[in-house]
Amino acid sequence: MSLLQGKKVIIIGDRDGIPGQAIEECVKTAGAEVIFSSTECFV
Amino acid sequence: MNSVIKGASYILAFTPEMVMQNGTTQTTEKIVNPESEYLKQLESHLRTYEQVVSYPPNQAYIGNIHPNELAQIEQPWHDKAIEGASRFGKYGEIMPEDEFICLMQICDVFDLVKLDKSFVAATKEKLEQHPLMTADIIARLKEGEDAELISKLVSEEHSEALYYNKELVGCVKRAHDVDVNLSAHVIHENLTSKATNVLSLLNLVAKNNINKEDIDYVIDCSEEACGDMNQRGGGNFAKACAEIAGFVNATGSDVRGFCAAPTHALITAASLVKAGTFKNVVVSAGGCTAKLGMNGKDHVKKGLPILEDVLGGFAVLVSANDGINPEIRLDLVGRHSVGTGSSPQAVISALVTESLDRANMKITDIDKYSAEMQNPDITKPAGAGDVPMANYKMIGALGVKRGDIEKKDLASFTVDHGMVGWAPTQGHIPSGVPYVGIARQDILDGKIKNAMIIGKGSLFLGRMTNLFDGVSFVIEANQGKTKEEGTVSEEQIKGLIAQALKNFASNLLAE
Repeated sequence: MSLLQGKKVIIIGDRDGIPGQAIEECVKTAGAEVIFSSTECFV
Repeated sequence: MNSVIKGASYILAFTPEMVMQNGTTQTTEKIVNPESEYLKQLESHLRTYEQVVSYPPNQAYIGNIHPNELAQIEQPWHDKAIEGASRFGKYGEIMPEDEFICLMQICDVFDLVKLDKSFVAATKEKLEQHPLMTADIIARLKEGEDAELISKLVSEEHSEALYYNKELVGCVKRAHDVDVNLSAHVIHENLTSKATNVLSLLNLVAKNNINKEDIDYVIDCSEEACGDMNQRGGGNFAKACAEIAGFVNATGSDVRGFCAAPTHALITAASLVKAGTFKNVVVSAGGCTAKLGMNGKDHVKKGLPILEDVLGGFAVLVSANDGINPEIRLDLVGRHSVGTGSSPQAVISALVTESLDRANMKITDIDKYSAEMQNPDITKPAGAGDVPMANYKMIGALGVKRGDIEKKDLASFTVDHGMVGWAPTQGHIPSGVPYVGIARQDILDGKIKNAMIIGKGSLFLGRMTNLFDGVSFVIEANQGKTKEEGTVSEEQIKGLIAQALKNFASNLLAE
């Protein structure tokens, strides 16, 4: 079973790293429930 | 014919008091946690003007040292200084806060900036020594007001205070009693953007021997919005800045696109010139007070100086092909489209390799990439990492995947085809464009043959879309062609007319 199966996930992505939407797609396929996702810009 | 990069300027304005008064990290903290340790410690972490002038990345920004020389200085850079550093550089200057406050009033045509009499008198003398502040510009500076009036405007009339060396020296008045779009805060923000843009324009023409009268069009690509309650963001910063700079033959417009805006604007300018619509188009932008001290909490926590203490500005002149200056290749424009997706691989493919594929070029065929040139001295202590390096690693990784480079050469790719970052974290200012002026010179000097400029923008911050954005273009050494192939020369036209007349005469004789 996946480490993230059935887990609730909060995602904070980075504009110049991995954006929130991309992480979202990954964790969903691992069975997690995304309860918050955003991409932040630090520059 | 491709258009060319004819010149560029880069300026900074040192504004430590605006860090305290107008940076959103600080203004937010004052609301939510007014007694915080951060606010108490902040002032003791501000740098002096001399420290800011000698700070190595700032000297790189105004053109006194090359990014390659900056790379030779061991990081961190905040405790290093360039010996004999000058306020003025090859591409621009670093203006102190007192002169900048006066420049804000010079840029104010609605009598909204009120300055203390004695402050004006002391600073005017300094401005008169400034090589670019001509008599007509200085004449816009007003004599000043009594200190009591300024205090009253701040305490009773919602004006935005202007401080210099901890003293109240002026204020920006609101331009409307009710309209939040014309509040003192917004007018202050817009006038700082306008003043840094104007300083960039003045440096552009002075440092590149350009006639102001030759400029046809100006495109402002900052991140501010000016307008009133009926047209928030109506513009037009570009024409307003051209007016103060004395570009009497220019009109203009604003291009927006978050940090990607300068690259969008340069592509637009290159297209306008290539189409023959205008001969000389300037792309320029002023800085952003909101971002002053943006990562200040982390800097103070780590015992560092507040490194985000300058406003940035730049200007680039795009002109018709002169056979000398580097060309903008509009056939090598990359773009992140609506359908591209957000994974790093999709983003870099869209911005870098899709355009190169059209010309059968490898990733290594581009000598230098300029993506996000943020100064790592600022971003690393704040946990945002080394942004330029992150971009180079992604481009290099794509190169490995495509077979353009070997995996073992990934590290050397980031050095050979990349650079260390030197630009302040002013949003659009570090995005691709800081290298345009240096790339022009490096290409003219034969140090490199081409460069790719990449602008990336966080559109999701505006809450209108979740999409990311980015565009790119390539500049390369001039091919020496100043005439379009397939066009008709004067000699050919004469020949055609002669032939037509001959035919006409033959017809007459035949009749």
